[in-house]
Amino acid sequence: MLLLKTENLHTYYGHVHALKGISLEVEEGEIVTLLGANGAGKSTTLRTISGLVRPREGEVKFKGHVLNHVPAHRIVQMGVCHVPEGRRIFTTLTVMENLMMGAYTVKDERVVQENLQRVFDLFPRLAERKNQLGGTLSGGEQQMLTIGRALMARPSLLLLDEPSLGLAPMLVKAIFDTIREINARGTTILLVEQNARAALKIAHRAYVLETGRVVLSGPAQELMQDERVRKAYLGER
Amino acid sequence: MTTWRPRLQKIPPLWWQAGLLVLAILLPLPLNDYYRAVLWRTGLYAILGLSLNIIVGYAGLFQLGHAAFYALGAYTSALLNLHFDIPLILTWPASILVAALFGYLISRPILHLRGDYLCIVTIAFGEVVRLALVNNIFGITGGANGLSGIDRPVLFGLVLRSPIHHYYLVLFFLVLTLFAVRRLENSRLGRAWMYVREDETAAEAMGVNTTRVKLLAFVLGSGWAGMAGALYVARVPVVSPDLARFIESVIMFCIVVLGGTGSIPGVFVGTLGMITLPEIFRFLKTWRDAWMGVAMVAMMIARPEGLWPSRRIRMEIREEE
Repeated sequence: MLLLKTENLHTYYGHVHALKGISLEVEEGEIVTLLGANGAGKSTTLRTISGLVRPREGEVKFKGHVLNHVPAHRIVQMGVCHVPEGRRIFTTLTVMENLMMGAYTVKDERVVQENLQRVFDLFPRLAERKNQLGGTLSGGEQQMLTIGRALMARPSLLLLDEPSLGLAPMLVKAIFDTIREINARGTTILLVEQNARAALKIAHRAYVLETGRVVLSGPAQELMQDERVRKAYLGER
Repeated sequence: MTTWRPRLQKIPPLWWQAGLLVLAILLPLPLNDYYRAVLWRTGLYAILGLSLNIIVGYAGLFQLGHAAFYALGAYTSALLNLHFDIPLILTWPASILVAALFGYLISRPILHLRGDYLCIVTIAFGEVVRLALVNNIFGITGGANGLSGIDRPVLFGLVLRSPIHHYYLVLFFLVLTLFAVRRLENSRLGRAWMYVREDETAAEAMGVNTTRVKLLAFVLGSGWAGMAGALYVARVPVVSPDLARFIESVIMFCIVVLGGTGSIPGVFVGTLGMITLPEIFRFLKTWRDAWMGVAMVAMMIARPEGLWPSRRIRMEIREEE
């Protein structure tokens, strides 16, 4: 089933034309990744989907509903959760309080506890540290916390922006394993990554963005073999 | 400080809260009318500080025009009493509503502004209100002289005229305010304010309706400042545009910041520093203001988080260093 569809998205920051007609589709149950250099428009695409910026042209459709004019907080309630770039956890709140913030849109206390249990299953580390302040966590743990916090709203579509940014190689692998695990448990994922190799390994399909346009798309396996991708994003000659 | 705080915390909160209340009730009894009036003023500004603290402390929005809402509340109460002969007590809800309505109207279009920009707009609004009052807008505000001849409030047949009456009236509202802000702090809305204050984008991405939440801070804070304005009229039968002077807004802002932004005990410390002490040291005359200035500069260097900060905000500020 088609979960998300964007059609010919044009987004501007002031006069800067950041997205120049992005069209993409995400099927339910997939991991789809957006690849591309800095400034290609990957993050902007996510921000446009989650309503943090608005497209000037084009359409975002989620489960058949047009999201263009739906306020950001409603979009969260509809099941799209955005994990912004750069671990925006609350360093002065405890791990538990951070997670509870993620459940802000969930009003049923039973569901909150259920979601909390799921998150702790996925990240036993967070359960161990639930009373610690967010700021005292390691980089990897903070990233777990950001993802865990987003899962507290139990989204059907998770938008992940550079989850591996600034993490040690060992942790990068752990994070990607977790993303795969989250997907296996039924959450569809749209992933933005600089680490193209790792992203292609776990993704079903990928879109390659250049200066605000989709230049290439297809199954991840195929793109991994594509000469242009290998040269430009996988660092091969 | 670390030695006595944990020990103090062992006392059940209800006990020391009740103790403080008894103290506040007994305090004016041995004092003369002058000091009773000082206490009244202290209580009034504590209410103003607590109301501004909702906007500045909880939601993290700069508001340097709070006195405008105070004045709006005072004028509403005065006008309704003078023109329609409504007993003062019955005008109070209107004072709250009018101030809250203006809080809504002015904050609605400017909420997307950040920090210093928002601050400038609020200063401008404060001045607009003051000048409108000075210029006798709609011919009803009495111009620079303001309005006089307002009735005294009557409560259960008792006419409130002496400072001690006014003090107890303010004390009642202060306790009410404290109860309300404590509840707010720990509510879902209180948590949302904290998220917005700390990271608006993350809050929005997590499903917090940031506009609504900030708007509510403005409306609640402004409305309650209107109530404080009505309490002013309940003691002083004259209102003038001076109520909306910029320095009044600055004093309110300082009350919140000096004591510790976002901290309820901090507001009391701030009120003591900005209102009570200057009043007591009135005999120092012009030197008083100079010392106030020196003390404030020194404090901002030594304790930027305020004198009695909330645990969380102290961490936020210290972290940035």
